Amino acid sequence: MGLHKTPYGGLMGWFDSRMPSAMDAFRTHMSEYYAPKNFNFWYFFGSMALVVLVIQLLSGMFLAMHYKPDSNVAFWSVEFIMREVSGGWFIRYMHSTGASFFFIVVYLHMFRALLYGSYRTPREVVWLIGCAIFMALMAESFFGYLLPWGQMSYWGAQVIINLFDSIPVIGPGLSTWIRGDYVIGDATLNRFFALHACVIPLVLLGLAVVHIFALHDVGSNNPDGIEIKDHLGPDGRPLDGIPFHPYYSVHDIYGLGFFFLAYFGIIFFAPELGGVFLEGNNFIPADPLQTPQHIAPLWYFTPYYSILRATTEGFLLWIAACALGLGALVYFSLRDRRLRVGVAGVTAVVLALLTVPKVQLDAKLWGVILSGASAMILFALPWLDRSPVKSMRYRPTWHKIVLGAFAVAFLVLGYLGMLPPNPLRTAIAQVGTAVYFGFFALMPWWSRMGEFKPVPERVRFAAH
Amino acid sequence: MSSTTPASLPEQPNVDLERRAAIVATGVVGGAGCVAAAIPYIASWGPSEREKAAGSPVDVDVSSLAPGQMMVAEWRGKPIWFLRRTPQMIESLRKDTSLLADPDSKRTAFPTPAYVLQEPALRSIKPDLLVLVGICTHLGCSPSGPFASDENSQLGPYPGFVCPCHGSTFDLAGRVFKDKPASDNLPVPPHRYLTDSTIRVGEDTQT
Repeated sequence: MGLHKTPYGGLMGWFDSRMPSAMDAFRTHMSEYYAPKNFNFWYFFGSMALVVLVIQLLSGMFLAMHYKPDSNVAFWSVEFIMREVSGGWFIRYMHSTGASFFFIVVYLHMFRALLYGSYRTPREVVWLIGCAIFMALMAESFFGYLLPWGQMSYWGAQVIINLFDSIPVIGPGLSTWIRGDYVIGDATLNRFFALHACVIPLVLLGLAVVHIFALHDVGSNNPDGIEIKDHLGPDGRPLDGIPFHPYYSVHDIYGLGFFFLAYFGIIFFAPELGGVFLEGNNFIPADPLQTPQHIAPLWYFTPYYSILRATTEGFLLWIAACALGLGALVYFSLRDRRLRVGVAGVTAVVLALLTVPKVQLDAKLWGVILSGASAMILFALPWLDRSPVKSMRYRPTWHKIVLGAFAVAFLVLGYLGMLPPNPLRTAIAQVGTAVYFGFFALMPWWSRMGEFKPVPERVRFAAH
Repeated sequence: MSSTTPASLPEQPNVDLERRAAIVATGVVGGAGCVAAAIPYIASWGPSEREKAAGSPVDVDVSSLAPGQMMVAEWRGKPIWFLRRTPQMIESLRKDTSLLADPDSKRTAFPTPAYVLQEPALRSIKPDLLVLVGICTHLGCSPSGPFASDENSQLGPYPGFVCPCHGSTFDLAGRVFKDKPASDNLPVPPHRYLTDSTIRVGEDTQT
């Protein structure tokens, strides 16, 4: 007969004997995926991000059925969705609020990784794919934000695309190529729509699947930061593991309840959230002749935007001093002579580009480099952290303070990025920038220092 | 830390060099074909022929512009400013030189046409009438203004323009003040007078 042997009967058996890979995937990733039993609320956010992705895909598809990517009518087609399409306001607010919640959930998901060392061996690939998802998510929201064709859409895109202008030699040509015109116009809007509604969603979806595959190959980390696969039962399953389904599928649905309370609370009662989720100036049609009095990116980009603005002419010398210090630290930490020469060379080049007249890059380009680096540095995290234990639970108490200082710097930078600049705020943003980069750049040293607590053999778990 | 031990690979059978060469040659030709096919796709992102042709000059009548008043026209999708400066405004341009990043418009990123530099402090053909591209040279926002002296805290006693995005400040000749995010003066578009009160933007006597 050539049929696959199946344990199931009836219709299920009929199907399984013809396509066994479906139930196989269900077992591998759900009912026989063993996750540590000591997950806490920090572990809600992974599956939550997947739910938000689905919400964004579905609401986005329906918005695309009414939206017109034409600079003459784009703004009015959004107003049409809001006022004339039945239920259009609900679909659009689900999408706009979903965008902000995507970042909230992803930031919390990433902070969990920092807390428990989830990016460390053997999960480096999981982390790298996650960072790629984060980059794709930023691209997705940037392209999407141009589509309403309001004042903030227009001038926000203008500023960000002009950042590429500062790249030497290829910059001006590159920014014209991205815009498809010498100014932001219909060509830009049309391609951003294609990127937002087709290209990047496919990339995001693909990366999300690969992220889960990579995770399920090595198994989940847990708040104790120890490997449950080190203690297998006689059946070959981890003693401290429980099947993802039904245990964590139910656990995550419980978490989703809280998520939906907040999410729909905002959709129904404060969809603009006082200008944080939808900016007031974006309710004015794009006007290429006039920039609004105050422009700022949406809240989830403001930490990087703050770093961009903090990089002023006067800050370059401070950066040079930090680069020199870091270069010296790396130099004296290395034994290999060739590596030392390399480090000295790189440090000298960076110093020249920062300080030597004629050779130096201007502050604008350094701002672009630093704000780009502030996101890209996440990729290096698995190799920067040298702590002998993964979880913050067993690291010296002052490590928690360092992590807390980093989180505070990130939030302060984010807050300042929403406000117009003044000398005091710029100075604070410069301190925040130093803390942000110091956290990562000095991690190979500080993460090894201090007294570490003994790590338990088995996960700590109290039934409740 | 788990160390990775490479699993032993099955032994390679004898390589048929003729087939190997054919595989490599096919791969190279196919790869070159893919690269060639990508070229029109990449080129499709550049400005279309229509957009390349859309830079035609615009004529602007400035006869109704009173001293101290500014008007805005659109050229190549960008705001073009026309400011008729009062004698006091012109006077202010001769006093702020030491505070400017590039008082004589010597930088070349956005070259200033020579015909507006007869008096570098003014950057205009006629002393009173300033013509500028109203786009900040930092990241492309359009500055606000003109502000009178002491009207805007970022400018202080000097009249001028302020970019709302990153706080660059410019005087009433579009020259940028020192230590601001922008390092270049506001660009002066190519322009010439058709009559005493009509200006053609996008074309000058040199072209």
